[in-house]
Amino acid sequence: MSTQEQAVTAHVHRDDVGARMGMWLFLFTELILFGGLFFVYSVYRFLHQTDFHVAAKSMNVFIGTTNTAILLTSSMTIALSIVALRNRKKILSLSLQGITVIFGLIFLINKYFEWTAEIHHGNYPGSPELLSQPPGHILFYGLYYVMTGLHGLHVIIGMIVIMFMMRFTIKDVITPDRIVKLEAAGLYWHLVDIIWIFLFPLFYLIT
Amino acid sequence: MAGIAETVQANGHESYLDHKGKHKGIFAWILSTDHKRIGILYLVAILSWFLVGMTLGGLIRIELLKPEGTIIGPQTYNAFFTLHGVIMLFIFVIPGIPAVFGNFFLPIMIGAEDVAFPRLNLLSWYLYMLGGILIILAIFLPGGAPDTGWTFYIPYSVRTSTNMIITLSAVFILGFSSILTGLNFITTIHRLRAPGMGWFKMPLFSWGLYATGWIQVIVTPIIGITLLLVIIERVFGVGIFDPALGGDPILFQHLFWIYSHPAVYIMAVPAMGVISEIIPTFSHRTIFGYKFIAYSSLAIALFGSLVWAHHMFAVGMSDSAEFIFSLLTFIVAIPSAIKVFNWTATLYKGSIQLDAPMLYALAFIFLFSIGGLTGIIQGALSVDIQITDTYFIVGHIHYVVFGTAGFGIFAALHYWLPKMFGKMYNMKFAKVAFWIIFTGFNILYFPFFIMGWLGMPRRSYHYLPQFQVYHVISTVGSWIMIAGILMMFYNLIKSVINGPRVTERNLWGGETLEWSVATPPPLTNFDKIPDVIDGPYEYKDNDIELEEVK
Repeated sequence: MSTQEQAVTAHVHRDDVGARMGMWLFLFTELILFGGLFFVYSVYRFLHQTDFHVAAKSMNVFIGTTNTAILLTSSMTIALSIVALRNRKKILSLSLQGITVIFGLIFLINKYFEWTAEIHHGNYPGSPELLSQPPGHILFYGLYYVMTGLHGLHVIIGMIVIMFMMRFTIKDVITPDRIVKLEAAGLYWHLVDIIWIFLFPLFYLIT
Repeated sequence: MAGIAETVQANGHESYLDHKGKHKGIFAWILSTDHKRIGILYLVAILSWFLVGMTLGGLIRIELLKPEGTIIGPQTYNAFFTLHGVIMLFIFVIPGIPAVFGNFFLPIMIGAEDVAFPRLNLLSWYLYMLGGILIILAIFLPGGAPDTGWTFYIPYSVRTSTNMIITLSAVFILGFSSILTGLNFITTIHRLRAPGMGWFKMPLFSWGLYATGWIQVIVTPIIGITLLLVIIERVFGVGIFDPALGGDPILFQHLFWIYSHPAVYIMAVPAMGVISEIIPTFSHRTIFGYKFIAYSSLAIALFGSLVWAHHMFAVGMSDSAEFIFSLLTFIVAIPSAIKVFNWTATLYKGSIQLDAPMLYALAFIFLFSIGGLTGIIQGALSVDIQITDTYFIVGHIHYVVFGTAGFGIFAALHYWLPKMFGKMYNMKFAKVAFWIIFTGFNILYFPFFIMGWLGMPRRSYHYLPQFQVYHVISTVGSWIMIAGILMMFYNLIKSVINGPRVTERNLWGGETLEWSVATPPPLTNFDKIPDVIDGPYEYKDNDIELEEVK
């Protein structure tokens, strides 16, 4: 019997510092994953400086700026949701998590319109219009779709994660005393935010 | 037949093998988050894949008996060497030691009940299995098995009509599994060391896993994104690696080797950790230069991540870049050499006991020295131009990867398998198998250096008749080695099934914590988390120590 009791204690073993450390390490790998793309970007930007310059002119800075503002605000709402739950305001925390997901959704909708417009202009990989342009343009748009696409995928994953956190909060799996899951989800959302902070100037503001 | 009751009696509690959890049958294994069971799940999968890889390698050797086609066509040949590389590297040696022996012994050696994230650990295994299944699909689905070589070089990996997307996804997923294992181990070592176990009281195997964990976390995402870009190239034709659209194929090679060179250290550093355990145990003497070995693992992790472009001296880089990468390549040899000197210094005046694990460990030092020194030869710029893409490099990677990671796994199997299952193998048989493997290994791979030096190109289906004699010697060597490996597996598997039961805690007289727990270890490893006072290799008088343990 004693071994079984030990087994139970072994599996509810709890180490919040360790959990946070694991999350940071994971975020670190995500940064390096995107780091590979930033590396590729910097090489081609160096080789085709003027082309990148010109190609970036067609970007819609207004939508880009709006999306930046949306993601920054959503980072704030997810941080506030953690503070709210720590202060034992469950409903407030839940609604702030919900708002974060909605912000993520608005971001994606904007992105959808942006991509549709670009594709409508013929700026997509393999299109005859793009192929007639200099290589720097082709690479700029290629990287634009790859990098913002991968980022968009992370936005979707982040939204799903936060929706799970809402479920956990409702079911009291996440409580003011056991909040590390929500914190980790918050960290992930900040990562999504910070990558966008770098993508935004690299694609919209280099004109 | 000693039953469960007897084991319980001998050890005071039931072992992890006898424990009845809430699941039954196979589910007691594939749903278990016990680090020991996960280690064994990996062990079964990894050794099965090794046999597949070995079969492919053996068939390649038979094909090369004659300068023209022998048993398979050129397309099959290309698929075989690709799969041999992919399976052996990504499925066998990269996960090999960390996933099997790291999972099983790291928590025990640092005095913990489990790894930091047991469920994540199980997820890593599922991802690993998914990667393996995708490789099987890539072989058998219409379109044909991949034929690019394990390096997936652009532009061929975009143009070939074989099942590249599945293969690349498989390696991507295997990378994800590798990252999660590394992340888990780093956190485990930081957070779960037993009270009193400071960093420099950790066994050197844990140091090796710690350094490996960092390499896995730092460089694996790069291969992930690179392979993802190749998949995107194939599907959308974005042009990132396509010169016609302004892209640069050489950039792929840089990204690929930024991961794949350090990956050599993901294979070698844990194996070095195993050797650092076996050598002091079988010399009955404390390890020489503990801190140097520990720090040299970190130094290898650091410098090993900065030498990737030495795989690309022939592609046309700037002279200064080539010079820097050549210099760094020489520098990375220093921490490796520190380890070799410390191991040999440990042997000095030790009372050496030549059991099977020790034989594999000594063979490791010998083979690693040859592999390492031939690596230095290739790090020299002028020489490298002569031997780039010849059998010299093939010989080098087999001495390094098989000679270190492969022999490290064999050494670890002989060292720890009795502890894992509480069953002993036939020692005399194991020693005979060792000598056959070791002899076969050298007959198989040493001719590679000679014919490579003379200009035999790697991955070639046809070759000039003057190389035939080397190929024939090498193929005969492969038969000897395969026979030895099959003998080794027969011996080990037989021992696990019906070998003599051992319940002695300290099988070899080791001083690390895994020898202080019951054989096989109980479910939670320790009755009470130990309070560590001594360092890991403080051999006083072994006999007295053993008395106390009993």
